[in-house]
Amino acid sequence: MKKVSQIQTLVIDGKEVGGRHDETILQVARENDIFIPTLCHLDGLTEYGGCRMCIVEIKGMPRLTPSCTTLIREGMVVTTNSERIMEYRRGILALLFTERNHICSACVSNGHCELQGLALKLGLTHVEFPYIFPKMPVDATHDRFIADHNRCVLCSRCVRVCHEVEGAHTKDIMGRGITARIITDLMQDWGESKTCTGCGKCVHVCPTGALTEKGKSVAEMEKRRQFLPYLKLMRERS
Amino acid sequence: MVLEELQEIAKIENERQGQFEHTINVCVAAGCLSCGSQELLDAFKREIDKRGIEKWCNAKGVGCLGLCTAGPLVSVEPSSTIYKAVTVSDVPEIIDALTGSPVSRLACSSDMSFFKKQQKIVLENFGAIDPERIEEYIARRGYESLFAALRDMTPSSVIERIVKSGLRGRGGGGYPTGLKWTTVMKASGPQKYVICNADEGDPGAFMDRSVLESDPHRVLEGMAIAGYAVGADKGFIYVRAEYPLAIKRLKKAIAQAEQLGVLGRGIFNTTFNFEIKLRLGAGAFVCGEETALIASIEGSRGNPRPRPPYPAEHGLWGCPTLINNVETFANVPTIIRNGSDWFAGFGTEKSRGTKVFALAGRINNTGLIEVAMGTTLRDIVFDIGGGIPEGSKFKAVQTGGPSGGCITEEHLDIAVDYDSLTKLGSIMGSGGMIVMDSTSCMVDVAKFFVEFCMTESCGKCVPCRDGSAQMYHLLNKITRGQGRMQDIHLLEKLCDLIKNTSLCGLGMTMPNPVMSTMHYFKDEYLAHVIDKACPAGVCNMKSGGRQ
Repeated sequence: MKKVSQIQTLVIDGKEVGGRHDETILQVARENDIFIPTLCHLDGLTEYGGCRMCIVEIKGMPRLTPSCTTLIREGMVVTTNSERIMEYRRGILALLFTERNHICSACVSNGHCELQGLALKLGLTHVEFPYIFPKMPVDATHDRFIADHNRCVLCSRCVRVCHEVEGAHTKDIMGRGITARIITDLMQDWGESKTCTGCGKCVHVCPTGALTEKGKSVAEMEKRRQFLPYLKLMRERS
Repeated sequence: MVLEELQEIAKIENERQGQFEHTINVCVAAGCLSCGSQELLDAFKREIDKRGIEKWCNAKGVGCLGLCTAGPLVSVEPSSTIYKAVTVSDVPEIIDALTGSPVSRLACSSDMSFFKKQQKIVLENFGAIDPERIEEYIARRGYESLFAALRDMTPSSVIERIVKSGLRGRGGGGYPTGLKWTTVMKASGPQKYVICNADEGDPGAFMDRSVLESDPHRVLEGMAIAGYAVGADKGFIYVRAEYPLAIKRLKKAIAQAEQLGVLGRGIFNTTFNFEIKLRLGAGAFVCGEETALIASIEGSRGNPRPRPPYPAEHGLWGCPTLINNVETFANVPTIIRNGSDWFAGFGTEKSRGTKVFALAGRINNTGLIEVAMGTTLRDIVFDIGGGIPEGSKFKAVQTGGPSGGCITEEHLDIAVDYDSLTKLGSIMGSGGMIVMDSTSCMVDVAKFFVEFCMTESCGKCVPCRDGSAQMYHLLNKITRGQGRMQDIHLLEKLCDLIKNTSLCGLGMTMPNPVMSTMHYFKDEYLAHVIDKACPAGVCNMKSGGRQ
């Protein structure tokens, strides 16, 4: 059978770019050094589409579209950074800051936090909405790791990496809406978990200081994410 | 099963019914059951036995008679008298009156607009058949459309008829049904599914519930026809566990249909197989969203996922899946039987047919109605609905539940269809209509719907999860007399953000009640914020403190 060319061309922010038909707008943009902010997306995990940071405008579509879950199409015209989009992104980010208790100055991930980084990058200088200040627990029952729900943004990266890469499915989400939170097994203490293999992948994919290694002080928790694309590559080969 | 057998069943049933000179139909749908209609039905049966008149008089339970506010309802054939609020002690009197003139103290006036102004297609068997007997459905030409579709029509001609009828999805979105069916038919895959969305969750809505409780076979037949048209051999009905009666009657209906061979393998001696399974929802409103519903059937958490891909290409377990609402399927058998031109004769240019509405709130005739599309809201509220309770004044009507908006007095004369409601900032929705009068505070109403959405948000996407909580917090502040002008500005900003950036329909439409009340009743918001007063006297403006 004759192999049909599957390369499609499109315009992102005025720049003509090309990509494979099964690539998302986000992938093609990143290949071409066009910045689109993300939070729940992580190379190597399935797309989630929950954080809404990567929304873009596509010409001819009335609705804003998440670039992480939208495949490219021939002739698409995409805008990633109009003032309208930036305003929405700052709004969403502000909502995230009000949701739990994000105190950077006392956080082990200070300086290495993706939430903090996005706020700096997008110029979020203040939050208009009132802070909710919920009472959230800290689970320090595991020998090596800590789960601090005060710093969680519910991006579900830990849930996905545990299920898709480690295959343990120790982490999941319980509850609805504003009361949703990450749990271990059927809401047991992490230290009691029979399914957790202690691999630590969840800790290293976590964008904030919600999942950390024990024994770190303020600003000491740097995450190592290199393993994920490597694992993915090795699996594709085998 | 062949056509002759089907007709034989109908004939025997018609003869059985024909031997009774009088039939007493007691409504046994949820509304009337809750005010004691089962005891009433038993009392009628006992009285008939006692008098020894069972040869010419029959009492049976039937589906919803519509005027739920005046239950338990009883209709007497052939005189077509409808009695309201009947009690067990009225039974002898009603039986006495069978041969004479009706009991005037209980009878509804026969020219009541509630009954006269309706146009019944989906509800045609309501109040006439016993929902627990398939024979009665067959006697009213049930399953004939399925037979006709399987034996005389190709799948594409079935779809063509649906396309030409102009039927649009009755779940709220109004997507053209024929187009959806075409897409699923054309999607490739060895396995396809048909799903009936019966996860009706809007506050004040009970249309789907009534259809399932009063005429379950109509939905099964519609689903089987859809399965034949799109090439699916398995169907699921996703129904809320909060509807136990609907579930019980559906189970019974499926068992009866399988026993007769109108569902199952080799239906009507053709090669077409179709089986229907029930799946019960565990109480999440968001599972009415189609991708969340699919996730829930698959056994996962009921979270929506981004579309595209649409379920028509990538649905249940990755297979092409047709999802329609209960009322949409219930329209199908009639369209196949009477033709697309007949159906398209009802309604407006872009919204054909009829729509079932559930009237609730501050209205005299609370109940279930079906009207042709294009009927004005004034007719629905003041004629059919009987207007507002005495001494009060109409304020607004909320269509589309928590995803819709309110419509005020000045717009009451618009013809109700999908497009006219959207233009007014509301939506058709699944058909709930909540009427509000001068005793309702619109800020409080908005707060109610936002609170509903906040607790029902799945929590996957940030704008819906956090935005709803923030909106609720602001509205709570305003209704406690602590609001400031900047809160109104923040509310507007939040509405815009949530509407434009949320993942699924729940979030995208959640701001509608706030936006429409802010648009039409800005003065009430300002009164709360500036004068610290609630014009309707609903909000306790001095309650102070954090929630």
